[in-house]
Amino acid sequence: MILFLATCTTLAFLVVPIAAIFLRIPPGDLFAALGSDVARDALIVTFETTVVAQALIIAFGTPTAYLLATRTFPGRNLAITLVELPLVLPPAVAGIGLLVTFGRLGLLGSSLSALGVEVAFTKIAVVLAVVFVAGPFYIRTGVASFGEVDSTLTDAARTLGAGPARTFGRVALPLALSGLTAGAALSFARGIGEFGATIMFAGSLQGVTQTLSLAVYEQFDVDFDTALAIGALLVVVSAAVLLPVKLIPSWRRSPSLFPTVSATSASS
Amino acid sequence: MASLALTLSHGLRDVRLELTLEVGSETVALVGPSGAGKSSVLRAIAGLLRPDVGRIALDGTAWLDTVRGIDAPPENRSVGLVFQEYALFPHLSVRANVAFGATSAGLVDEVLERLRIGGLARERPAQLSGGERQRVALARAIAREPAVLLLDEPLSALDAHTRDAVRGELRDLLASLRLPTILVTHDFEDAASLADRVGVMVEGRLLQVGTASALGAAPADPFVARFTGATLLHGVAEPGRDGLTRVVLDVGGVAWTTDVGVGRVAVAVHPWEVAVSRTAPEDATVNHIAAPSDPLGTIGNRVRIRGGPLAGETTTGSVERLGLREGETVVASFKATAARLIQLA
Repeated sequence: MILFLATCTTLAFLVVPIAAIFLRIPPGDLFAALGSDVARDALIVTFETTVVAQALIIAFGTPTAYLLATRTFPGRNLAITLVELPLVLPPAVAGIGLLVTFGRLGLLGSSLSALGVEVAFTKIAVVLAVVFVAGPFYIRTGVASFGEVDSTLTDAARTLGAGPARTFGRVALPLALSGLTAGAALSFARGIGEFGATIMFAGSLQGVTQTLSLAVYEQFDVDFDTALAIGALLVVVSAAVLLPVKLIPSWRRSPSLFPTVSATSASS
Repeated sequence: MASLALTLSHGLRDVRLELTLEVGSETVALVGPSGAGKSSVLRAIAGLLRPDVGRIALDGTAWLDTVRGIDAPPENRSVGLVFQEYALFPHLSVRANVAFGATSAGLVDEVLERLRIGGLARERPAQLSGGERQRVALARAIAREPAVLLLDEPLSALDAHTRDAVRGELRDLLASLRLPTILVTHDFEDAASLADRVGVMVEGRLLQVGTASALGAAPADPFVARFTGATLLHGVAEPGRDGLTRVVLDVGGVAWTTDVGVGRVAVAVHPWEVAVSRTAPEDATVNHIAAPSDPLGTIGNRVRIRGGPLAGETTTGSVERLGLREGETVVASFKATAARLIQLA
């Protein structure tokens, strides 16, 4: 009985604030508010930067995760710890770190500036902030997913004539796919919600660096309905991200008796 | 005639693998207890384990030569390795599994038919029984048209019933392939029925290699004798009458053997050479050991009985005729020609 009450309270606490966003104003008005310039610009900025950021995360994160999961080398644990560091870092610290690296007077920024490339307060900055903050979610899950692929299966592929690339593409990748998808969803969700690092490193310039999350904060003072509408949109997008993760079957164990449906890789 | 030659030296976790072996177009079984390094030999040949020192060559072409710095990756060694748990790709159909390393699409169908799994082509490994998985694993290895076949405990994952059927099929298949084949097993009977030659491996070393009957007839080592199913009686040997060797047994009594030896020895006797009765029989047997009986179980129409230190056999009929009961004194008898002498250090 106590368990039941505690569970109900927990669920209510988690669901009511989300439902409240949709209940405050009629759905029609909510939809209309999305037509405002601010909302539209934020949507475009978010879409552009998210696509580029997630593409970079997957392109660099997948091989990184595969290497960290399948090779043993000195410094491997250190490398994994470095990947995990941004996960626990306060976003404001990430923002200031990126600023002193890529900012005009930063470590690399001064050289880039001399080449005519400005990073801070541009869309590039938004992308870098998202990659820095959300990328580790993908890599961490990826290391666990590749780590759970039975090494006798990749060994079998090698003895059947497949080189390292074909072994990766035909065996390791398909078997780790459910975990990688879960990792990509986590990193996507974290990227969409990115706020602290972005506002410090990229600012909140409408149509340039103002993402949906930043727009909610900006519109909060100006036009509460628009802020609510963007919030509602983010709820829908986030919920949509969870779905594919729940639907992809997992092949993690090699003599798997039944293909199981699981969301995230629990252990590494 | 194809020939695989290997010389390996490699430090495993507990033991050091030291082994030299040449395999022609025949099946060689490596038998021994777990931890003897049998599977590591297969992994080294397949290129999945790099030995500290060694050379592995097929028909004179080196796959591995640590002295000359040659180490071909697994995909460049023409090896069909059947893993102990089969290692079928769970995300691929039976057909796709077999086609993974196949040299041609036509060969896939041929191999599927040959191993009678054509009807399962679209199934996933998870839907298959143990015997079916084993056939798929074999088909997958063969479809690669390997020059060398390696089988790691091919029967151990099967239940007793399936095991007998698969053992027969496997023997026919190996006979028709005529490839240099190395088979790893911990079961001497599997080795004896599947292989042309059997190598007994203990703690990383090959103690003896030969046909199964040769190992039984002339075991070079107490472990080999025990592995072939013999019982060992320890004692001290000295020359005796009629050119026989007389062994004073540690357990008491004397055993006679036609083998020659002096000093510390082990006398190896197989249960099927030992007759069990109530009193010493009036026949050619010269060795009689009287001890309390302890029935060990029935094998077909034979009953295995332990008489003191010896395991012997008699028919189920004579057990009833003799009215043998547990704990009663019986006499275990065997001929001097059936007693193999193993010299101990």
